[in-house]
Amino acid sequence: MVQRNMTAMRIVIVDENAGRASIIEEGLSQLPGGEVFVLTERRALMQSIQEIEPDIVLIDLGNPSRDVLEEYFTVSRALARPIAMFVDESDDDAIAASIDAGVSAYVVNGLASHRIKSVLDLAVRRFEAFSRLQSDLAEARGKLAERDMVDKAKRIIMDSKGVSEPEAYSELRRKAMSSSKRIAQIAEAVVTAHELLGEN
Amino acid sequence: MANRELIIGFLPLVDACLPILAQEHGFAEDEGLTLTFVKDVSWATVLDRLLYGHTDAAHMLAPLAIATTLGRGRPAQPLVAPFVLGLNGNAITLRKDLAAQVTTPGTYGDPAQVGAALREVALAARKTGKPLRLGVVHRYSSHNYKLRYWLAACGIRPDEDVEILTVPPPFVADAMESGEIDGACVGEPWNSVCVERDVGTIVLATAQIWRRGVEKVLAMREPVLDEKRSEFEALIRAMRRAGQHFVNPTNNQLNARILASPAYLNASEGLIGAAISDRLTLLHHANPVHFPDFMFQYSEAANFPWISQAAWIYSQMVRWDHLQFDPVDAAKSAAVFRPDVYRSALSATGDDLPSANSKVEGSVIGATQVGTNQGSITLSKNSFFDGRQFDPDRVEDYLAQLP
Repeated sequence: MVQRNMTAMRIVIVDENAGRASIIEEGLSQLPGGEVFVLTERRALMQSIQEIEPDIVLIDLGNPSRDVLEEYFTVSRALARPIAMFVDESDDDAIAASIDAGVSAYVVNGLASHRIKSVLDLAVRRFEAFSRLQSDLAEARGKLAERDMVDKAKRIIMDSKGVSEPEAYSELRRKAMSSSKRIAQIAEAVVTAHELLGEN
Repeated sequence: MANRELIIGFLPLVDACLPILAQEHGFAEDEGLTLTFVKDVSWATVLDRLLYGHTDAAHMLAPLAIATTLGRGRPAQPLVAPFVLGLNGNAITLRKDLAAQVTTPGTYGDPAQVGAALREVALAARKTGKPLRLGVVHRYSSHNYKLRYWLAACGIRPDEDVEILTVPPPFVADAMESGEIDGACVGEPWNSVCVERDVGTIVLATAQIWRRGVEKVLAMREPVLDEKRSEFEALIRAMRRAGQHFVNPTNNQLNARILASPAYLNASEGLIGAAISDRLTLLHHANPVHFPDFMFQYSEAANFPWISQAAWIYSQMVRWDHLQFDPVDAAKSAAVFRPDVYRSALSATGDDLPSANSKVEGSVIGATQVGTNQGSITLSKNSFFDGRQFDPDRVEDYLAQLP
């Protein structure tokens, strides 16, 4: 049994994505009087939750264990304090915001509304921050791929026309401007055409 | 005119087929509709997206739509279901060695006989302090209610003689392999995955328990139905056409390929094809067994939301949640199913529409003609395996005589 600090609000984060879980954990540990536990394993999940006796459980919407968790909260006689989802309909805006961000919350009956809200607000901000990081990363990967593509196109033009690198680039740029396309798109067309025709 | 759009939530299961195929085969387009899909991995999330407006409608367990309307487990939100996405299509799979003890593996056994044999094993296991554990996909699912109906009728008391727990469908095979569960009642392709991995044997189809039992519905929030009534009626017409296409065996392979693709089920085309054609392989390496009643997506007004089916679900909720029968809740449950919307959508299409909204479930013993708007359709046997009948006007009497 985990040593229990009676005044602390015990928050469990269930997330199979350890990276995201740690970002949320970091955010929530700023909360005064909060104790944060992260569960990333599906195995023995309910047992861990039972041992922690959380006041609030946060779980991402993409987690297949959500139905199991809900079942557990509905029927478990093991928990001394019943857990309910959406304790109070006045929290509905906060819940809606959390669903939009991709996280759902289960809260012990009787937990003060302002405490729930502060946890949810923080969790939502952290989830959004994580999504932004992911899309930034995807964008960065995309940019990198584009740069590779432009380099390849430049080399093809340099080889086939016997021009310098700056000249090859300005040809790509000219074509992009005259056809109102992005340089990366023109580069891709050059590379594709070269792959189709250039081999033989 | 630009197409009207509807966003549909679904769980990757074979019986999400009708809206998907309505879009893929252009039946939605013919109705001026564009459907987009949101795939999730838990019913809780499918439901949240529906309640918080991420989706307009969802592929939903019929009992969950009723539980949500009654506020079981969360504040009540009225849902409505104007279209049944299918009847049955689930099976009971047992751990391989357990199956061999209670049936002839590779065949669909007689439910009463399999149940009697399982009772011996279950009671013995209970005595050793390690009762059998059976998985279902959700507390509020027809899987749970049909499994419990069958067990109880065979003298096995759910929650006392055996444990019943929730296991997400994709984890059923793992859970059976690791010994976490001894069996499960789940939809396709997840029974077949157990057989393919040789960790389980399919022993019964849920159609053997209740031959024409309601399974998933297309559910939406009541205010959204009112707001987008004409879009939903168009969707109902498109799904009826998709159903007609779906049950034509010449389309099985094509439909299996579409459903198997990564955007939809992201699963084995072969296993999906087996479910669509009602030819499951019950035992690893055995020949498939043809059972035409396995899943029912179109014929015999399968999509018609019979009020009596909603009433049966409510009766089982009372039974297993240990509630008092409440006439107000019974009326609310019945009102979830909306045959009026189904009728209004199809009235001009010449489709068969039953003239009644309710029937005594389990009362059709042989093929029977029932009245429709323009003559009659034939309903074949819809019985419960134990021969009981469910009269939606006498739910309390029904509950009193159940074991």
